[in-house]
Amino acid sequence: MSNSFLQVRRRFADYLATFVAAGLSAIVVGALVAIFAYLVIKGAGSVNWAFLTNVPKPVGEIGGGMANAIVGSAILLAIGSAIGIPFGIGAGIYLAEYGHNRLGSLVRFTADVLNGVPSIVIGLVAYGLVVAKQRHFSAFSGGVALAIMMVPIVARTTEEMLLLVPQAVREAAFGLGIPQWRTTVSVTLATARAGILTGIMLAFARIAGETAPLMFTAFGNAFWSFSPNQPIAALPLQIYTYALSPYDDWHRQAWAAALILVALIVGTISVVRYLFGRSVLREVS
Amino acid sequence: MATAVEVRDLKAWFGKTEALHGINMAVEQNHATAVIGPSGCGKSTFIRCLNRMHETNPVARAEGDVKVGDMDIYSMPAVEVRRKIGMVFQKPNPFPSMSIYDNVAAGLKLNGTRNHKDLDQVVERSLQQAALWDEVKDTLKKKSGASLSGGQQQRLCIARALAVNPEVMLMDEPCSALDPISTAKIEDLIFELKQRLTIVIVTHNMQQASRVAEFTGFFLMGNLVEFDRTEKIFTNPSDKRTEDYITGRFG
Repeated sequence: MSNSFLQVRRRFADYLATFVAAGLSAIVVGALVAIFAYLVIKGAGSVNWAFLTNVPKPVGEIGGGMANAIVGSAILLAIGSAIGIPFGIGAGIYLAEYGHNRLGSLVRFTADVLNGVPSIVIGLVAYGLVVAKQRHFSAFSGGVALAIMMVPIVARTTEEMLLLVPQAVREAAFGLGIPQWRTTVSVTLATARAGILTGIMLAFARIAGETAPLMFTAFGNAFWSFSPNQPIAALPLQIYTYALSPYDDWHRQAWAAALILVALIVGTISVVRYLFGRSVLREVS
Repeated sequence: MATAVEVRDLKAWFGKTEALHGINMAVEQNHATAVIGPSGCGKSTFIRCLNRMHETNPVARAEGDVKVGDMDIYSMPAVEVRRKIGMVFQKPNPFPSMSIYDNVAAGLKLNGTRNHKDLDQVVERSLQQAALWDEVKDTLKKKSGASLSGGQQQRLCIARALAVNPEVMLMDEPCSALDPISTAKIEDLIFELKQRLTIVIVTHNMQQASRVAEFTGFFLMGNLVEFDRTEKIFTNPSDKRTEDYITGRFG
């Protein structure tokens, strides 16, 4: 009798654990779905051809769009990624392959602190480094601010992913007389590719939605600008400005811009993962 | 008979711990030499000193003379040594990001060979020599090296080592992660390979040592206790400690 009681108890505990795990996962996924659904409800009605192709109308006029902010965000993210990803991956390689010393610990600690620095402070740093020197706001200074935010995230995830590559894989390469740098580039990085890419996408999604570091760097722009040397519009900045305005039409557009921003982030991540994301680490037992 | 590897007064350390206390050994060319002994006796450390893999561990260090043919391997760049002296590890370790073809070609490709015709030839020849060609020739570039079975992976690793045309092949318990059928295949392979190169094999399996190797060295606590013809070691060892070990009294 006690035997069957034990069995029932175990089965119940098993169901309970599964239920709790599934429930918590559902909450996480649910939150994302809810945000997206809310954005669609509030914003989808305002997304139209004019919104996607026009620049903002002057204050007080109805209509206009955010084409310049969409392109501006793309330019800012391109500049930020072009600077941030190489530095991040480089630092990650150093930490994983050479950084088992005091300098490594220092870099690791610095990266974690940098990761926790409020983004507005990073904006101030970019202001001091670039804007104050150039004496004008620019897309480039915004890109620098975003790059500074990207580096610690990319560096730490790259390090973690490289450390997941079994030592046996490196030994196999050394055993063939392949030099260390070549092993890192063609064997270790290649093996950890999918994980490193996930880290990059995480950092990308993080900076894509940042407003604060752009406020006194990229500054925003009501007109078209394609120059890295000029102030440039960005979706988060535009959302911030429009959401705080007293005009219903601007509120409507802010919702639409938020929807576009999230859709662009999800779209970019999906495409990149589809193209390069096959994990080979899973095949290593 | 010619000597392929001449080891003189080889010492190795991990940090401050001396793991090998001055090893002397002459490995015969085109023969297999087995290295046996209880866990922790320095067998693996010993063969890892022969192609300077020992020093890839940041706290490890080695000292002494190792000559392979005319080469003094401790006075030349380590990467060149490892191209001449191949290694097969305990656990099969194909490159997971590469196809079967790229795994075999890796040693040449990543050291700069670009000629596709040459690579094709070397890949086919190496896989033939490793007795794997027939099993993989149709999926060479489609399948990942990691998708093969354990025994096939180990033969892939042997093919990969053969592709750079080494003079000596070091095998660190190459069958300990494999089933008996795969083990038999690797042992057959060792007989084939001896025609072309010299083999040093670490093994925990004394039957394996007696099956594949003409010479056997018995290691104990960082010393080479006895080194002789395999027959002699297993039937009439000179040292009491060797006898105790092979008759199963310890280890």
